[in-house]
Amino acid sequence: MSAVTQLNPHSGFASRFERNIATRDPRWVKFLVLGLGLTFFAVFLLLPLVAVFVEALRKGWSTYFAALVEPDAAAAIRLTLLAAAIAVPLNLVFGIAAAWAIAKFDFPGKQLLITLIDLPFSVSPVVAGLIYVLVFGAQGWFGPWLSEHDIRIIFAVPGIVLATIFVTFPFIARELIPLMQSQGRDEEEAAITLGASGWQAFWRVTLPNIKWALLYGVILCNARAMGEFGAVSVVSGHIRGETNTMPLHVEILYNEYQFAAAFAVASLLALLALVTLAIKTYIEWQAGRVSLQEQLR
Amino acid sequence: MSIEVRDIHKSFGAFKALDGVSLSLPKGELVALLGPSGCGKTTLLRIIAGLESADYGSIRLSGADATAKHVRERQVGFVFQHYALFRHMSVFENVAFGLRVKPRGERPSEAIIREKVMRLLDLVQLSWLADRFPSQLSGGQRQRIALARALAVEPQVLLLDEPFGALDAKVRKELRRWLRRLHDELHISSIFVTHDQEEALEVADKIVLMNKGRIEQIGGPREIYNEPATSFACSFIGNVNEFRGRIEGNYLRVGDDLLPHEPSDLDLADGQAVVAYARPHDTEIHPLSADRSGVTAKVNRILESGALARVELVANGAAREGRTDYFEVELTPAEIAELGLETGKRVRLTSRRLSVFRDKQ
Repeated sequence: MSAVTQLNPHSGFASRFERNIATRDPRWVKFLVLGLGLTFFAVFLLLPLVAVFVEALRKGWSTYFAALVEPDAAAAIRLTLLAAAIAVPLNLVFGIAAAWAIAKFDFPGKQLLITLIDLPFSVSPVVAGLIYVLVFGAQGWFGPWLSEHDIRIIFAVPGIVLATIFVTFPFIARELIPLMQSQGRDEEEAAITLGASGWQAFWRVTLPNIKWALLYGVILCNARAMGEFGAVSVVSGHIRGETNTMPLHVEILYNEYQFAAAFAVASLLALLALVTLAIKTYIEWQAGRVSLQEQLR
Repeated sequence: MSIEVRDIHKSFGAFKALDGVSLSLPKGELVALLGPSGCGKTTLLRIIAGLESADYGSIRLSGADATAKHVRERQVGFVFQHYALFRHMSVFENVAFGLRVKPRGERPSEAIIREKVMRLLDLVQLSWLADRFPSQLSGGQRQRIALARALAVEPQVLLLDEPFGALDAKVRKELRRWLRRLHDELHISSIFVTHDQEEALEVADKIVLMNKGRIEQIGGPREIYNEPATSFACSFIGNVNEFRGRIEGNYLRVGDDLLPHEPSDLDLADGQAVVAYARPHDTEIHPLSADRSGVTAKVNRILESGALARVELVANGAAREGRTDYFEVELTPAEIAELGLETGKRVRLTSRRLSVFRDKQ
């Protein structure tokens, strides 16, 4: 998960290996391995991606835009953005707090906390959704109390937000923990001996040191928040124009044989993925440049 | 600022890092906390700084109880072993940090900060590096910047944790001399932690020798070297030859040999197990003849570089309990020629000055 700290696209190791006759492989090996990789990439990754955009535009640009501005689609897009806009900032705060606690302090139950942070990764999203239905649903623990007070969580927007938060919880914390652990607490201790308050030490020392990893975690967290299907599907109730997110809307359209519309909305999600990848690559490049500079000196 | 440490205890789980340490340091001295790794010296330094809390005991700074005081309020400057410079800030910003985080009312103006930082960088002779980042500096330069950063907040006491530990030998030596000079200029009370006895003997006014969480001896370098108070002090400081045996009147029985010694004020009874130490330059070599006392040994190597030659010898009852005992004697080349020493020759050793302690083993 800590790709930011490990990946270094500028290491130049591979090309050095290749230029040296003593370590170079025969041509046919090179082409075989490269060919296999490229074929796999084309069939399983590139082809579906192209298909999404081709299918979306099959009936022309006007149909494409009509499918996106159609009220139910627009509502789904708004809900997806809303869920992400709530889940990502909350997980940003939770993630930094958890990583800070784990990396900089020793306390009983630390190992348990690390394991718990991984829980959303290890459990099926459907189960995650079901947990919320069991807790907040009409037949759940708090169901009767909630309906008495006229609060709707399941089959409503709060449920979708909760499920999204749960599923995307680990992204930021997992990204930060290894980095913060490797950085140790020397710099924070130095800041405090120099008279900084805990808050100043965090803003002036800790945060600048983790900014690239943090941004990387936010990007991944956001991508997952917008693309989540399983957990959200269970708690959503699929009410059109009300509790449908983009992935759910795509499924409904597809089941109703509105292929062009389904692919149009899907293309937005695919576009989000591409943008995410582009930003991620940029961050890796930036972080890699910084760490390369540190290595060179 | 005077520092008083009273009966400090500190454990990490089952490991006792500090076991009742008391210590009183007057103002303005440069003090070395010396000891092998794991003896608790760094823990003691961190407790004085407030970065670690003691399980029991108290710290007084300038006569006032500081045990419950926050690190921020103790007015200590701390220099970390691995420098702990802020990696995303320039050298200038690193040194300015302590001034910039002051509460609004006390914070100096930008012009004053600039002037003060540049003055400190001049002091550590690195003003030309102000715009660089820590990763662009060598280890010795980083250490000096860390020192300038600590001095920026005008601490009452300077604490340095293994300040030269991560540097190569030549830079170490240079920085040692430089630290001593800096201290003579600023007269700020300073404590530095080191496991290198040579460093402590060379730089410090006073040495606190620690072992296994306790203080073994406190004294000036001369005193520590010439009058070691315990067998640990004796074996840790400088090179020594070690003899284990039992008291027999005015002699020490070592294996089959007798080593003469002057009865000390330790009041040792006959048969008492003791351990005795002699410095290489206090150890004498005599020809092997039946009527002489002394520990027998065999010349192993003669190292003749420098004004004094070092003779390395193997103990006679070698490989005792699976380990070989080596001795070292310093002689002039003339003395070596006079004795006709060569590899393999058997001789007897005695000592002009023998430090004898009860053997606790």
